[in-house]
Amino acid sequence: MALDKKGIAQRIAQELKNNTYVNLGIGIPTLVANYIPANINVEFQSENGVLGMGPFPISGNEDADLINAGKQTITTMPGAAIFDSAISFAMIRGRHIQLTVLGAMEVSENGDIANWKIPGKMVKGMGGAMDLVASSDNIIVAMTHTNRSGKSKLLKKCSLPITGINCISKIVSDLAVIEVSPEGFVLLERAPGVSVSDIVKSTDANLIINGDIPEMKF
Amino acid sequence: MINKEVKNISEAIMGVQSGMTLMFGGFGLCGIAENSIMALSKKEINNLICISNNAGIDEFGLGLLLKRKQIKKMISSYVGENVEFERQMLSGELDVDLIPQGSLAERCRAGGAGIPAFYTPAGFGTEVAIGKEERDFNGKPHILEHALVADFAFVKAWKGDCAGNLIYKGTARNFNPLMAMAGKITVAEVEELVPLGELDPNQIHTPGIFVQRIIKGEIFEKRIENRTVRK
Repeated sequence: MALDKKGIAQRIAQELKNNTYVNLGIGIPTLVANYIPANINVEFQSENGVLGMGPFPISGNEDADLINAGKQTITTMPGAAIFDSAISFAMIRGRHIQLTVLGAMEVSENGDIANWKIPGKMVKGMGGAMDLVASSDNIIVAMTHTNRSGKSKLLKKCSLPITGINCISKIVSDLAVIEVSPEGFVLLERAPGVSVSDIVKSTDANLIINGDIPEMKF
Repeated sequence: MINKEVKNISEAIMGVQSGMTLMFGGFGLCGIAENSIMALSKKEINNLICISNNAGIDEFGLGLLLKRKQIKKMISSYVGENVEFERQMLSGELDVDLIPQGSLAERCRAGGAGIPAFYTPAGFGTEVAIGKEERDFNGKPHILEHALVADFAFVKAWKGDCAGNLIYKGTARNFNPLMAMAGKITVAEVEELVPLGELDPNQIHTPGIFVQRIIKGEIFEKRIENRTVRK
């Protein structure tokens, strides 16, 4: 069965490495913070200017002066730091953040990502996404494998205006975990109960399949 | 000490004219110069070019200037959450220049720091790079982004003194220190205007040299755009 949003977030949480700095995008990526493995310590950065972001506040403790990049009220952890937007993007552009997780509308087999603009529709802007994808060594995309009309979001070439080129390392979708290698998409894992042929059918690009593909473990 | 204190908001925004380029600090509604925006929305000033990460919401923040059609062009990184903005943008009344958030921040910082332009990898290979000079450094492609400056910058801080020194609180800092540097005239509105000598010089975020006018804001509504609590 295909994973729900929580399942995707839970699988991505397994990619977190101990003592690293992580930037989570808006949407499914934000949910990753709910599934941090017990033995793993990570510091979350939000590009509006906070490192050491904590959980949402308890009701009544919301502070208008403390939000994340999704404009949600947040808290800070002991040891947190606050800074301006230029310092924040110095952390990002300077490659001090070890992992970036973000959503996408399309990913191509050479690692291009499109997630900011649909021609003909209201364009809201790229926010910090272009800076993040241009300067991160490890970018994981969290998304559904197909869009609402059933079309694959994993493509040979992006059809939408791109956010960054040749930058994605891995995709965790509702169907599969896929590595973006120099040779193209490599199928690593299947969602529980999803067959390899289901994944191939939903992928509009070449999929490299080496041997038996294990199911994701939770 | 050079005294930057102004007594009322009309004095704070004095000299703003139609067609000028204005910077507004803030991220969403967090850390915006509420009092200055409100005062500008009551003046007969239009054709403004506004540089701000976001464009407010329909009835608050820069949404107030949009509603009165005072803005000709917005330079921002993200402009959702605003129906009137969308209407003006789609009808062609409003010109919008969308730029990556980190490039926007650095362009303001560069403007204030006397750096005319810089190379960044952000936006390479995308439509943001169209018409921009490209150059490889250490085998990686970059694009040239130019500094931004403004006739006026409107910033909001937590505490300040009459010398113009500012301390921000929480993530209300965001673009404010950068825009403070990039304004020919920077107007700072603060929640608390404290007596000279009370702010610890070690803790100042924006040194007073970057601020030309400072005022204690009359009202800070500090709206929360996306109130989220633990379940």
